[in-house]
Amino acid sequence: MVCTLVYLSIIVLIPLGMLPFRTASMGWDAFWETVLDPRVVASYRLTLTTSFMAACVNAIFGLIVAWVLVRYDFVGRRLIDALVDLPFALPTAVAGITLTTLYAPNGWLGKPLSNYGFMVAFTPSGITIALIFIGLPFVIRTLQPVIEDLDLELEEAATSLGASRWHVIRRVILPYLYPAWLTGFTLAFARAIGEYGSVVFISGNMPMRTEVSPLLIITKLEQFDYTGATAVAVVMLSMSFALLLVINALQGWSGRRLAH
Amino acid sequence: MERAEAGALMATVSQVHPGAINPPQTRRLTEPRLVRALLMCVAFAFLAVGLVIPLVAVFVEALANGVQAYVDAVREPDALAALRLTAIAALFAVPANLVFGVCAGWTIAKFTFPGKQLLTTLIDLPFAVSPVISGLVFVLLFGRQGAFGPWLLEHDVRIIFAVPGIVLATVFVSFPFIAREIIPVMEAMGTQEEEAARVLGASGLQTFFRVTLPNIKWGLLYGVILCTARAIGEFGAVSVVSGHIRGLTNTLPLHVEILYNEYNFQAAFAVASLLTCIALVTLVLKTIAERRKSG
Repeated sequence: MVCTLVYLSIIVLIPLGMLPFRTASMGWDAFWETVLDPRVVASYRLTLTTSFMAACVNAIFGLIVAWVLVRYDFVGRRLIDALVDLPFALPTAVAGITLTTLYAPNGWLGKPLSNYGFMVAFTPSGITIALIFIGLPFVIRTLQPVIEDLDLELEEAATSLGASRWHVIRRVILPYLYPAWLTGFTLAFARAIGEYGSVVFISGNMPMRTEVSPLLIITKLEQFDYTGATAVAVVMLSMSFALLLVINALQGWSGRRLAH
Repeated sequence: MERAEAGALMATVSQVHPGAINPPQTRRLTEPRLVRALLMCVAFAFLAVGLVIPLVAVFVEALANGVQAYVDAVREPDALAALRLTAIAALFAVPANLVFGVCAGWTIAKFTFPGKQLLTTLIDLPFAVSPVISGLVFVLLFGRQGAFGPWLLEHDVRIIFAVPGIVLATVFVSFPFIAREIIPVMEAMGTQEEEAARVLGASGLQTFFRVTLPNIKWGLLYGVILCTARAIGEFGAVSVVSGHIRGLTNTLPLHVEILYNEYNFQAAFAVASLLTCIALVTLVLKTIAERRKSG
């Protein structure tokens, strides 16, 4: 027990404690000036909007993929199921350079898209693509066990009472999946906000336009502006903790719903 | 033998899928055929564009200039040095977090104390923190302007922009993986078996190795696999503390970045393909451990 606490303190708590400590030393005025600087605010806006869009895309497709993987039988289902975790296992830098090469104006996917006038790499859409990739497993993995646990008798009952399939899905199945679905969405969103490795290559890193908050922290560090970097980090950390609370609340909700 | 039995069992289980018993109901309990086909197409298309194409692209780009160029890029001294450093970081991080994971699992599962929930939340903390921030906190501690910076400078100890910083950042980001796998397994196990062993005269260590360990080994292995993958692949945190000194403080993912930024795309993808192979092996091992763990 003692060694658990000591190790936890040395590796996690003391280092993280440096953030409020360092921020406290800079004073309120300097703190607000740093975190409300237009370039910094632009980076929050970009980080939040691209993360939100990526989480939405993952929520929609994740639901379909999870449903197909659990309910339908087809050749190679196990293989595909194992492959879903690839974004967790693949180093983010590898994902970053690969997606940039694919979506660059002369890449496999970027070329056809640019013919239709869509520029992906080095724009906010490119950032969204990278965030979709790294958040892809969350919704699928949180939904799968819940879909597996769905009581077929409920569906049978609804069907035998004359409900159409669409009605059963909308009124019986989906309400049951909501908590897990939202949890998966929030996990993907939270992960995307802090993401750096896969984004830094595809974003182009133009201040005010395609510069995400984690990158801004690095930029400030490279200019030896430790305090500025810490202030931005504290704001980002607060966002992450707020999302963590949401996730915990969602899990409590889902626990209560599944308990009855 | 055992595996064959399990396979046969699984086949029977899938045959007794509720729908199979009563064919007329199957049709009503699933979507119309057209909708099913449509959903499967959408799912496959999404996974193909999202996962398969990038996976193929890594290897195609890596071999773009032929096998010889690939081998040269992988065997280049800086790449080998990066490989060595990645291995060092993982060799520190995984055992350290393994020992901690077992201690934490033991503390949380076998004892009751106030603040247990808080402890579990604190263990998960590194997951909630952006990798960049994980690196930043160590710069704030040990960097030149950091809390211990002046003292370290005086004693000529280098942590940031050196190997110890990379090891620390790696330990931090891979910290929760093993503990969070072990805690539920140990909680499910309870304390009865261990108490029985102790009553029958086994020593503490004997109890651990003969009773506890066999019960948690698949969960443990699963955690180790995830922890190793993260330790090898970490980019953001390590990037902040490394200083990018070629041949000295570059891990494999950082080496990929440097090559890519030098427009040496083929070499970057060659090194990236090594990391991709490690990721694929991770997925295979993980699937095996997962099946053992639940079965």
